Amino acid sequence: MSVLALVGYYESWWVQILKAIVIFAVGLQLVPVVLIAERKIMGRMQGRYGPNRVGPYGALQPLADILKLLTKEQFRPTTSVGFLFAIAPLISILTAVAAFAIIPFGNVQHIFGERVGLYGVDVSIGPLYLFAFGAIAFYGIMLGGWSSGSKYSFLGAMRGAAQLISYEVSQGLALVGVIMTAQTLSLTGIVNAQKGMWYFIPQFVGFLIFLTASFAETNRAPFDLTEADAELVGGYNTEYGGGRFASYYFAEYLNVLVVSGIVTTVFFGGWLLPFGIHPPGWVDPIIVLFKMSLFTFFFIWVRATLPRLRYDQLMSFGWKVLLPLATLNALVTAILVVVTH
Amino acid sequence: MSDPTSEPENPAPATAGASATATLNVGRWSPGDDVIVVQRTPAPGTGRGAWRTFVETARGLKTTFGRIKEGTNTISYPEEKVPVYPRFRGRHKLHRFEDTGLEKCVGCSLCAAACPADCIRVVAAENTPENRVSAGERYAAVYEINLSRCIFCGYCEVACPFDAITMGHDYELSDYDRSDLIFTKEMLLAEPLERTPLRNEGE
Repeated sequence: MSVLALVGYYESWWVQILKAIVIFAVGLQLVPVVLIAERKIMGRMQGRYGPNRVGPYGALQPLADILKLLTKEQFRPTTSVGFLFAIAPLISILTAVAAFAIIPFGNVQHIFGERVGLYGVDVSIGPLYLFAFGAIAFYGIMLGGWSSGSKYSFLGAMRGAAQLISYEVSQGLALVGVIMTAQTLSLTGIVNAQKGMWYFIPQFVGFLIFLTASFAETNRAPFDLTEADAELVGGYNTEYGGGRFASYYFAEYLNVLVVSGIVTTVFFGGWLLPFGIHPPGWVDPIIVLFKMSLFTFFFIWVRATLPRLRYDQLMSFGWKVLLPLATLNALVTAILVVVTH
Repeated sequence: MSDPTSEPENPAPATAGASATATLNVGRWSPGDDVIVVQRTPAPGTGRGAWRTFVETARGLKTTFGRIKEGTNTISYPEEKVPVYPRFRGRHKLHRFEDTGLEKCVGCSLCAAACPADCIRVVAAENTPENRVSAGERYAAVYEINLSRCIFCGYCEVACPFDAITMGHDYELSDYDRSDLIFTKEMLLAEPLERTPLRNEGE
């Protein structure tokens, strides 16, 4: 398709650098918002206020938390493997930020006489790029847990390994249906293909599978077995503190944002509005951010609702329910696509 | 339902085992009235089980969302305080006679004797015509309560024959130094800052 060949190649170098900085900055600013939102919303759902002391309505609480974490002393257990212990959080944060780059916040705009796409980069292998970085993100958890030299971390990391591998398959297969329907791997292409109908209607099963698997991929409740505070202290990040812990924390919440963005893009029409409303181009990022915030809210809502799964339940759910469903969904979609084209 | 051979109230249909009542009454033994029929949920792994999981998850989500509307139960402590009951046992108070201004305490040390935590120290002295402190013969020259030891049992106020010491309502007693928690007679006699709201009748 012509879209694939064109997009991403006509932007001059300074636009690309500017875009990278802006997207990184936006991502960096969104994470504290999600942090405070999670604590406030979960507080309300549990009959309490949540943080309300730092700043107006506790709005500066994440800032205080980050400051506290960053000024803490760096230390590591004597049993840990120093080099890996230090780079594991970096892997987590790197993959999260890298995955954030492909979320399209808007269509191609004309700014300063240049054609600028409102996204970090429109890779022609969109979902594959996402899964590639998702797979590397698993090293962040795995190495962090293993190199800590602590049994809790190790157990958390092992669980994380099994969980991420199990659910990545279903997550990928859930997107196959969309890719076949849209006939493109480019995320902007997928959004443009949703002009008639958002994909969560024809691909409803795929949407549910993707959302469920995303909870497991981001290690969020009810699939937060890698952390499992009740049994593993803190899971893979038990031995981490200070800035390194902040990195893991940051990566987790950025992953939530990334997944929300991908769901928005792939199933909920990205920057498109229903009923044929075509707002000016500068509204696009606001629409995307609004839709993303809905899914981020859903993540928080589910965390306040569902209890953590048992390990065998997690495994049997992933392999016996999600994977067959995802396969069936891909198969049925393939047949329908062949029949209708 | 003493007779096991008696006919059940709902006679089993011809196709035995078709309904829950029928399966219960198979054979000669009737379980009687007080049997609890267990309602089994759909087995996990079946279609109905999956549907039930979906519905119950949605119900849970509805519940948590509904909590937002119900508001919070938090009492923001330093700003809001739970009112105490009239008989709440907080920090001690020593009392004076309202008309004469003399101290009620006569230095008998019964409170110190009753104290299980041994936190009260009383040193008595004789009243003289020039220096009349209490209404009795003697008065407490030193009256100290070590509040870091006190267990707020209230035995001292029970032991006191003159109602000179009572338990007040003040419970905010933290301090930076242990020695500051030894309350002297002047501190106990002083009108305490009423920092604690009192619970009203029927509240």
